[in-house]
Amino acid sequence: MLDEALEAYVATAREVGNASSLHAAGRRARRRVEESRERVAAVLGARPSEVIFTGGGTESDNLAVKGIFWARRGNGPDRRRVISSAVEHHAVLDSVDWLVEHESAEVGWLPVDAAGRLDPDDLRAELTAHADRVAVVTAMWANNEVGTVQPVAELAAVAAEHGVPFHTDAVQAVGQVPVDFAASGAAALTVTGHKLGGPTGVGALLLGRDVAAVPLLHGGGQERDVRSGTLDTAGIVAFAVAVETAVKGQQEYAARVAALRDDLIERVRRAVPEVVYNGDPTDRLPGNAHFSFPGCEGDALLLLLDAQGIACSTGSACSAGVAQPSHVLLAMGADDDRARSSLRFTLGHTSSQADVDALVAALPAAVERARRAAAPRTPRLTPHPPTPRPPPVPGPLRRTPSIMKLLPRRSACRADNFMIDGVAPGGPTGWCAG
Amino acid sequence: MRVLAAMSGGVDSAVAAARAVAAGHDVTGVHLALARNPQTYRTGARGCCTLEDSRDARRAADVIGIPFYVWDMADRFHEDVVDDFVAEYAAGRTPNPCLRCNEKIKFAAVLDRAVALGFDAVVTGHHARLGPDGLLRRSVDMAKDQSYVLAVLTREQLDRSMFPLGDSTKAQVRAEAAERGLAVADKPDSHDICFIADGDTRGFLAGRLGEAPGDVVDASTGAVVGSHTGAYAYTVGQRRGLHLDRPAPDGRPRYVLSITPKTNTVTVGPAEALEVSRVRATRPVWTGGPRPATPVECEVQLRAHGDVVPATVDLDGDTLHAELRRPVRGVAAGQAVVAYRPDPAGDIVLGSATITG
Repeated sequence: MLDEALEAYVATAREVGNASSLHAAGRRARRRVEESRERVAAVLGARPSEVIFTGGGTESDNLAVKGIFWARRGNGPDRRRVISSAVEHHAVLDSVDWLVEHESAEVGWLPVDAAGRLDPDDLRAELTAHADRVAVVTAMWANNEVGTVQPVAELAAVAAEHGVPFHTDAVQAVGQVPVDFAASGAAALTVTGHKLGGPTGVGALLLGRDVAAVPLLHGGGQERDVRSGTLDTAGIVAFAVAVETAVKGQQEYAARVAALRDDLIERVRRAVPEVVYNGDPTDRLPGNAHFSFPGCEGDALLLLLDAQGIACSTGSACSAGVAQPSHVLLAMGADDDRARSSLRFTLGHTSSQADVDALVAALPAAVERARRAAAPRTPRLTPHPPTPRPPPVPGPLRRTPSIMKLLPRRSACRADNFMIDGVAPGGPTGWCAG
Repeated sequence: MRVLAAMSGGVDSAVAAARAVAAGHDVTGVHLALARNPQTYRTGARGCCTLEDSRDARRAADVIGIPFYVWDMADRFHEDVVDDFVAEYAAGRTPNPCLRCNEKIKFAAVLDRAVALGFDAVVTGHHARLGPDGLLRRSVDMAKDQSYVLAVLTREQLDRSMFPLGDSTKAQVRAEAAERGLAVADKPDSHDICFIADGDTRGFLAGRLGEAPGDVVDASTGAVVGSHTGAYAYTVGQRRGLHLDRPAPDGRPRYVLSITPKTNTVTVGPAEALEVSRVRATRPVWTGGPRPATPVECEVQLRAHGDVVPATVDLDGDTLHAELRRPVRGVAAGQAVVAYRPDPAGDIVLGSATITG
């Protein structure tokens, strides 16, 4: 957390007062909230009334996707189609899935190209084909895994041509690239605190004044009646400080970090010539570098680099902690092996040239070792024959319409089910341990 | 040494990892995700394979202060252990999945990967002794001894294994866990097969193999005395759940004597017909070192926690013969015969082989 944000948090948290109370302490808290709302609005190109404070990015995404869907369908029962992309964060993907499963929604998944980029013409085609049945379009501003920045303004303009509200998850973008809500043409925009030096558990949905959303949370009617719940004054104040600091420093930050990142990419490519650089080479987040290391397993590389104090990410993990092949890379046309061989290096405020040097120094040996760990070895310590691996999940074709083909995400966690009811145990019992 | 601690989420592996740290090793904890759907192998923490177990392992690693990762071994486990388990029952044999998991997963796939990544050994919470002499011995706690399911390991595998719990009783392990502040100190032991929810092996197999009705035949008369819905659901020595149509002519209880997949027949008979004095087995593994001079006088154990019987073990090519000093009941094909040499410092595992008849 940024020092400024932490100090603001602590100072505010010491004060007593429910921002919804009418007495002096309540008014003081409310004043802090409203000042924060104005600060956030000012730096993100929104009106204060368009800032809905929430519990973070996941809530904002759920509120936007489900809330706008419900409101639009409420005004026209045929409007039950959602248009989204295969590379969204799970907060959006799973909200869309939920609407399909529980609200009879239908969905149009927009494809991405090999760099992970959406094409506004695909959106136009989708909207033209389903003109009156689309409830909401949602597409992220920048991808959290491969860093690709989407043509958000163009996408929003296409949605506007058809009078359909457009939501964008800008969690990764704010503070990294210029973000202006009004200029973007989006109807709703998700932002969260912990990605830009603010507290975890506070975020906002920027929701256009004329955009209706049915609430997820019902209660005291706070936040335009869209998000009930006692306001987290200290969190909101710290969040606003962080947003303001990040946005005001964005240009300088981006230039510094992008230079480091470009150096990292250049030297990683020299150190490991067979590396595949993923994502858009130019339209990408300044601190993001994403690679596939052919023949390696990402989680083995992660373990080896972690042991040397270098933190990186393999993508997402299922609830048990198993690294999953990235749905983003699969959507970009990578096969299962390439998706599993990938690592993301993120540079930020505290990153230095020394960090890049350390990574470049450690990487070749780690790659070599991870490759040996992945390759079938002879002779093995043990005489067991190599187990045939299941056939890889086929890479999605561009314009594949089915979500199942586009999103084999979590398949390893959902594929099988051994739950069998009954009694009468038989057979051996009692020795598994270790 | 750089050591990889396989952490199931249970108390044994947590204490084993802590002891490895205390012994001065550089320890990294790994939880093996064995279920393709971790929420469904078990519906609660029972020792391995659930989300709760994964969390328990992670918390133990936190308390011990070691790095922790989850390794996805679900596909390997499914193919090498679960599918094998089903295939063995379908073939009329009685497999031991824990032994298979040690042979194929923990001390094979996991150990191989660990070595390739620069680790020197794998440490587990098995109750068995593995001392500087390289010999595998029974645990001091006979009730918890797991040398039987480790007897498939080769010299090479044992050379890269550490079992720090062999000199302790389970009670001591639990007490130490509590002293170390490990929340799993009083977690119940796992007792069933980790990949079968509710311990319903028969239901599990029926779901995989389908119903296959057939006859239950009495060995003494050759008469059909009942029916079954799948011969795979029976184990040699089983008495309960036979549902015979009529009592045997001698009025005495009947036990499963054999299963014949070819004719889908379950043969039953009186208890004494179960008695076996000679055991034939295949795929011998010499745990303690090179193949011993045979015939060798030793003791054999024919199932996990089963009786120990003096025997003479001989080899004929790849086939092992055990001549038992006294007859034993309920010897099932597919189980392991494990040979031990009695020793005051803990009985020594000589080797094992898979029982064929």
